[in-house]
Amino acid sequence: MGRQSIVEHIPAMRRYARSLTGDVWAADDLVQDTLERACSRWRLWLAGTDLRAWLFTVMHNLFISDVRRLRRSPSHLAVDLEDVGHELQAPSHTADLHIDLQRCLLRLPADQRFVLLLVTLEDMSYAEVAKVMGVPIGTVMSRLSRARDRMRELMHQPNTVRADGEQTSHLTKATAQLRRLK
Amino acid sequence: MTSHTNESEPLEAALNASLRDLHRDVLAESVPSSLHEAALRLEKVQLDAANSRRWVTMAASLVLSVGVGWFSHGFMLQYSNTGSLAKVSVEREFVRQASFAHDVYLPEKRHPVEVTAAEHEHLVQWLSKRLGKPLQIPKLNAQGFELVGGRLLPGETGARAQFMFQDAQGRRLTLYMGALEAASAHVDSQSAQFRFEPGGAVPSFYWVEGGFGYALSGLVDKATLMALASSVYSQIH
Repeated sequence: MGRQSIVEHIPAMRRYARSLTGDVWAADDLVQDTLERACSRWRLWLAGTDLRAWLFTVMHNLFISDVRRLRRSPSHLAVDLEDVGHELQAPSHTADLHIDLQRCLLRLPADQRFVLLLVTLEDMSYAEVAKVMGVPIGTVMSRLSRARDRMRELMHQPNTVRADGEQTSHLTKATAQLRRLK
Repeated sequence: MTSHTNESEPLEAALNASLRDLHRDVLAESVPSSLHEAALRLEKVQLDAANSRRWVTMAASLVLSVGVGWFSHGFMLQYSNTGSLAKVSVEREFVRQASFAHDVYLPEKRHPVEVTAAEHEHLVQWLSKRLGKPLQIPKLNAQGFELVGGRLLPGETGARAQFMFQDAQGRRLTLYMGALEAASAHVDSQSAQFRFEPGGAVPSFYWVEGGFGYALSGLVDKATLMALASSVYSQIH
């Protein structure tokens, strides 16, 4: 059994985690926690099976337990300044789209977001996603379909999304602060 | 997939494309050092696991035989074996000889070996020929033991090779090997069982694979001897 490189999976895991959390620090924390957890649970990995899928399984379990923990704090929708900072420094149409897209993603239930991102970013098959999430394939398909529908709805109602007062003030504050920094 | 409505496909493709585009720049970013280090730690754990995987089964049988052997020495060894009593006695005799040979050459100052490590190639060829099997001499340098050399010895069931290793403190290990009886060879071609023999002149770990016996003997603590034996095993099988 040859060694499989973990390092080469990191960029994809970071991107995935960032899309999942919408937050630079939370994303890297999640990847870090995943790697630490994988170290201590190494025996649970079956030799010869897909390493990437296993890493995502560990990440999924960690993320779900985080979500459960954070469920009590309701305003976890905030886009982090650190996350959008580099986009705000060079305001453009693309940056706006990205912020909107991220905000819509964060409005999806965690399970739907997970499925959508595994399929889209990681090109996983339904069967692989089912294994990672520990649910039947049918559940994966219905979650994916609901995630896409919901994203379409959200993306076509930008006003609804923007009507979130907290978001607006957060972003305004962020922009103001960045101007001051310049 | 083709049964999917045409209407939703362009939208789906657009959504997929924009999701992939969303944090694409992260892929090109350099990985933070804390993550890189965590990944390397995981790789190391993985590598260690891969190295030890081979002998996990042996370790399991070792725990059994050592644990059980503690209070009922020969009895359970015979019982846990799939083979006959004759086979057990052949193996016990083999490890006894290994231990004895270790004890004889251990204190030897001037002639611990017949052929020294300096003539490595000759040593391997000579003993391979005499034992009728291409031999491999494991490297134990990482554990601090250098090869001193080897010698040919007579055994109960044929020729034996003994390789001697020595560390900086002058501690010596011997690796003793040779073919066991054909009957035993037949039974043992299936699997190796790793065993500890605490008695005799010196403690030994021994195993039989493909009818060929190996014993690593030395006056080092059991954990060290076990680690060395596992290294030997993984190198020559």
